[in-house]
Amino acid sequence: MKALREEGIKTTLVNPNIATIQTDSRMADRVHLLPVRPEYISKILEAERPEGIMLGFGGQTALNCGVQLAKDRTLDKLGVKILGTPIKSVELTEDRDLFKRKMSEIGIPVPLSQAAYSIEEARAAAKSIGYPVMIRVAYTLGGKGGGVAHNEYELDEIAKRGLALSLTRQVLVEDYLGGMKQIEYEVMRDSNDNCITVCNMENMFGMRIHTGDNLVIAPSQTLNNSEYHMLRSASLKAARAIGIIGECNIQFALDTKSDKYYAIEVNARLSRSSALASKATGYPLAYVAAKLGLGYTLTELRNSVTGVTTSCFEPSLDYVVMKFPRWDLQRFGRVNRKIGTSMKSVGEVMGIGSCFEEAIQKAIRMLEIDEIGLSGNGAEANAIVDPEIIEHHLTQPTDDALAWIVTAIRSPMSIERISELSEVDPWFLYKIQNIIRIEKELKVYHSKRDLGAIEPLIREAKRMGFSDRQLAFSLGISENETRKLRSSFKLFPSIKQIDTLAAEWPAKTNYLYTSYGGDQDDVDFPPSKKLIVLGAGSYRIGSSVEFDWCTMNMIWSLKERGIENAIIINCNPETVSTDYDMSDRLYFEELTLERVLDIYEKERPEGIITCVGGQTSNNLTPKLAEYGVKILGTEPVNIDRAEDRSKFSALLEKLEIPQPEWSAFDSLKDAYSFAERVGYPLVVRPSYVLSGAAMSIAWTPAQLERYLVNATRVNPEHPVVLTKFIRSALEIEVDAVSDGESTFIGAIVEHVEKAGVHSGDAIMSIPPKSLNSQATARLVDYTNRLAKALVIKGPFNVQYMVKDEDIFVIECNLRASRSMPFVSKTVGVNLMNLAARALLGEKIPSFDGPKVSKVSVKVPQFSFMQLDGADTLLGVEMQSTGEVACSGENFHDALIRAMTAAGYRLPRKGGNILVTVGGSELKEQLFPLVEKLRLLDLHIHATEHTADFLNQRGVGKVTVLYKIGEPDRTPNIAEYLANQQLDLVINIPSTLTLEKYADTLEDEYMIRRKAVELGVPVLTNVETAEAYVDGLLWLRKHSPEVALDPS
Amino acid sequence: MVGYTEALTDPSYRGQILSFTYPLIGNYGVPTVQLDQYGLPRAFESDAIQVNATVVHELCDTPSHWESSKTVNQWFFSQGIPGIDGIDVRNLTKRLRDRGVMMAALAVSSEVVDQEPLFKSLQSSALYAETELVSKVSVKQPRRWKTGSDTVVLIDCGVKYSIIRELLHSGFSVVQVPYNTTIEDVMKYQPAGVVLSNGPGDPKTCTDTLPLVSELLDREIPTLGICLGAQLLALAAGGNTYKLPYGHRGQNKPCTDKESGRGYITSQNHGYAIDSNSLDGTGFKVWFVNSDDTSIEGIRHDRKPFLAVQFHPEGAPGPHDTAFVFERFRAITRTTIDKR
Repeated sequence: MKALREEGIKTTLVNPNIATIQTDSRMADRVHLLPVRPEYISKILEAERPEGIMLGFGGQTALNCGVQLAKDRTLDKLGVKILGTPIKSVELTEDRDLFKRKMSEIGIPVPLSQAAYSIEEARAAAKSIGYPVMIRVAYTLGGKGGGVAHNEYELDEIAKRGLALSLTRQVLVEDYLGGMKQIEYEVMRDSNDNCITVCNMENMFGMRIHTGDNLVIAPSQTLNNSEYHMLRSASLKAARAIGIIGECNIQFALDTKSDKYYAIEVNARLSRSSALASKATGYPLAYVAAKLGLGYTLTELRNSVTGVTTSCFEPSLDYVVMKFPRWDLQRFGRVNRKIGTSMKSVGEVMGIGSCFEEAIQKAIRMLEIDEIGLSGNGAEANAIVDPEIIEHHLTQPTDDALAWIVTAIRSPMSIERISELSEVDPWFLYKIQNIIRIEKELKVYHSKRDLGAIEPLIREAKRMGFSDRQLAFSLGISENETRKLRSSFKLFPSIKQIDTLAAEWPAKTNYLYTSYGGDQDDVDFPPSKKLIVLGAGSYRIGSSVEFDWCTMNMIWSLKERGIENAIIINCNPETVSTDYDMSDRLYFEELTLERVLDIYEKERPEGIITCVGGQTSNNLTPKLAEYGVKILGTEPVNIDRAEDRSKFSALLEKLEIPQPEWSAFDSLKDAYSFAERVGYPLVVRPSYVLSGAAMSIAWTPAQLERYLVNATRVNPEHPVVLTKFIRSALEIEVDAVSDGESTFIGAIVEHVEKAGVHSGDAIMSIPPKSLNSQATARLVDYTNRLAKALVIKGPFNVQYMVKDEDIFVIECNLRASRSMPFVSKTVGVNLMNLAARALLGEKIPSFDGPKVSKVSVKVPQFSFMQLDGADTLLGVEMQSTGEVACSGENFHDALIRAMTAAGYRLPRKGGNILVTVGGSELKEQLFPLVEKLRLLDLHIHATEHTADFLNQRGVGKVTVLYKIGEPDRTPNIAEYLANQQLDLVINIPSTLTLEKYADTLEDEYMIRRKAVELGVPVLTNVETAEAYVDGLLWLRKHSPEVALDPS
Repeated sequence: MVGYTEALTDPSYRGQILSFTYPLIGNYGVPTVQLDQYGLPRAFESDAIQVNATVVHELCDTPSHWESSKTVNQWFFSQGIPGIDGIDVRNLTKRLRDRGVMMAALAVSSEVVDQEPLFKSLQSSALYAETELVSKVSVKQPRRWKTGSDTVVLIDCGVKYSIIRELLHSGFSVVQVPYNTTIEDVMKYQPAGVVLSNGPGDPKTCTDTLPLVSELLDREIPTLGICLGAQLLALAAGGNTYKLPYGHRGQNKPCTDKESGRGYITSQNHGYAIDSNSLDGTGFKVWFVNSDDTSIEGIRHDRKPFLAVQFHPEGAPGPHDTAFVFERFRAITRTTIDKR
């Protein structure tokens, strides 16, 4: 969009993701928060009549949508030109057969594959291809049912299973490439046939693991000159043959024992890999691709890093980049933690260093999974592990694969053997071994206390990316002592530039990283009005694009308020805040105490802002304050009053604001007696909580015991907090900004789901749909009083529960919240702008209450389909991985739009709905909803008990479907799902959704799981289902043409 | 990151200390010498390490590659060539960028090195710019490489094996002759064309080769100049060359074809360049320029069968995007033959 705006081109952006900066009015001339689906896009095109459309920047969703619009000739009819790679070329990359044929035509090898419809055919195919073979099951998602067969016996087993699972009774037998290297190239090509590769990347776990879940290194490390250029030439050849205009990503499998290779696939669009390549090299891929789409050539464009050199060049890297995925699989009940050919990660970080060891250790810390590096985590203490177990884990990688490699090296297993089992090239393993060697050498000094003699070793350790905490652990001293020791050696990191040309030309760039592999800083640190803003780190469940929005809007607001140098520290390659031209300086760095202090000491800014990067940067606040770092915003003592349960509770009492009963414990006995007194259910959590991690609801003493053991294990230093859980309460959030005296309330936000569903997983509405004016006034009053009492300076968020007439405060977070972009965009007041004023000590201007004529609804986006085995039930732990929001003339309208945008397929007229509800109480509760379904002319199907109930209540024509666990009885749910005969599944488990952690019924789990895998929408929450069905009814009456699925 | 065996054996680096900007060198080790279908070794551009020394940030002592037979360190040790690691090569690059390439000394010792005598010896040693190096890297006797019917005579000023490979691949037979071969000797081979190879040093020190080049021009023998060869062609035609403050070295150097406007990624290694103002009246015009600093990267005669590129169309290390230069040369020799 930057590239287009420079050309004076007016742009319209369609994207329902409310939390991203892209949907800020700052970026595009017009923004439609609408589903990226052909029916919506064609309406927008008709209304706006643009000259052209760009499809390559919105991932697969946008590309697919564009292909559909081209195929049904909508684009032709409206005279809209496709800018960038033409549709015919896109089809060449998307259709397996066309792709293979094209590649063969130009002499680029592709892997062998044959379809088989029986065991005999599979055997024949495997024989002609040669073992080992990969068996893929057609039309199941996530690689389910497939596997690697090394011989006919294994083939029979897998093929039998696969044929049974496949919708079309078809399996694909392919050459197994798991042992090959996975190499990617990012290619740019213009309309004048200039073609370059911006970067190549190597996947540490080779072909065995999807690149999204792989550890990716740029540039490739184990290729020699002829291999590098053989694949580079093939990339250019393929891009030319396909007819790419703009950018594409090409994936190759390369043999480890010869120069045999295969082209695997081409992505004719900007991808996750291209975003990474862009950050890894400093080459602005998206920007240049947009210009090429407009018809510019690479030779005409300048390299914006130097301002003088051309864009038709290939960047030189003088550092190593390591991308590490973040999975968060442990959050999901029943999920399979194996990683393989389908992607499961939710975010990523990128470590930059002068050597591999430095880059990988930085990346591990950036993940914020409580690891301080590859060693020094105490793992070596219980290092003796059965070699068989190690071997198993090396061959069956999970999200813990790297840790098992470390364990194997320690055990010690030979590098050759580890490589053989894990398919990781020995080069990487030797490097990891280096880290473990240094750790062992450090250990020698543990008892010696002769720290003066250790300088050379510390220098070497720092060069290899050891953190102070890691050194402290090995040496048996504190982090602070290590820092002092390091100071006494004058051992500091140097600040290096990423300039695309390895220093060969002077660069203007302010894209920086730190490294111990250098002896000079590339930049100066002149004093100025200067502030550092900490970003949010990796995307993960509970912290995603919304905090990037907060970070960027804070930066822009600071610039508007006269800050000369607004500096960002962040480490997530997927964000806008890590675009090098978005701030005055970007440190692509760890958000750890050590590194932030390092940069603070170099830069000497007037202060640091830690309240816009979510929990990550917020958690650093007290530690930085201890080192005397100036933190802008609320006084640390008041932050502590809000975060410390007891102090906060005392404050609420003083302010006469009600709170649910709670108490903190460090003994189990006291916890049980409290539980007996206030009664179950109870919320159990460690005193410091991040996005519901380790938080649970206990319904029985037995559950309480189980959770207490788990929670205390998670966080031994902090006591456990028990809170009375108020059933069927409404959950409300207030997002606000205060300058210490006056407070601006952005919005009161109501959750559609009752309390118990994590706020990040709840559907939210602005304005609240069921609060009366009295309740609203009290919420405003409580919020104001809290802000005054805590002298809040900056953004904050208060969570409330409303039950009948009672309002309780659950918590108050003195930082930007997840919903702030949603609130800001809905009410039209940028909360970060106000927050910037408050943080700088200015007064926030007074406003009339924001006027909102429309209703906006935010809907979470889940990724259950990709998470093999994960249950879709919601609970107190957040599980969604994204969100969308749409506005409408009323709640129903907005909700239907938002749910469509989140991928819920609307039921066809006369379509089929499966209702399965547990327990008589819930059945009663759902009865009105079933009535409404009838009004929608939907055919109701139900499981036996639910159907009996409905029949008794006089609902006629309920078709009974039998459970998946009873495959012999028909009609069966499995069969209906498989044949895509169901439009919607409403599955509310036995008592309440809240009982996720009670034992869920196997049958119901199977229904939900199967439905998710086959792409049938599933609703598991009563309130969600009610709201959705009401929305459908409204839609039927009012605006059938807008949001109905044309199919 | 890739191509260190090729770069370190490139005779054009003779007399120089080579520093790599990429921090990790030696990852894939050093292969044993294996000959290709033409009898030329893969992955090496000559039979020995040509640099005087090398500077790296981190040298890999645990390489991994199916072709690797030793580490870079072992390779250097076996040939008695020194090197140094642990250097902030980015910092070094910046200094070279700002002050130009400079003389340097490297001492290898198990003791702490006394710097004073080192500086002294550096001050008294011959300047690179004034040293004639071609004679040290050229063949002593003609060598023949046979495939095709048409023969090119390759004037070896320090040729890279990959240039010979590309010529053979284009269908020529190649006779590799010493830098000081006479025109008469060249003509004995009845060449379809002549190639002036790459090589080290200032082209103006090549006083033994320049007369031959003038003869080639006079006789209108189809001639392709590569790198140093391009500079020799320009000098012989009456043009001039100059020393770049900071040469072009690397395998990702962008060039623009002045005629088509097309951009190419090329492999380059040159510290001297052709002066574009000096070409007036020589019949030569600019063919390629460096896209970054617009210095000359290729020239072509507007009527006669002479062409020259400053970059390395054979890559090695580097891309093959400009391999068409050999095809072009092949086509020119064919038309010339047809005319005769």
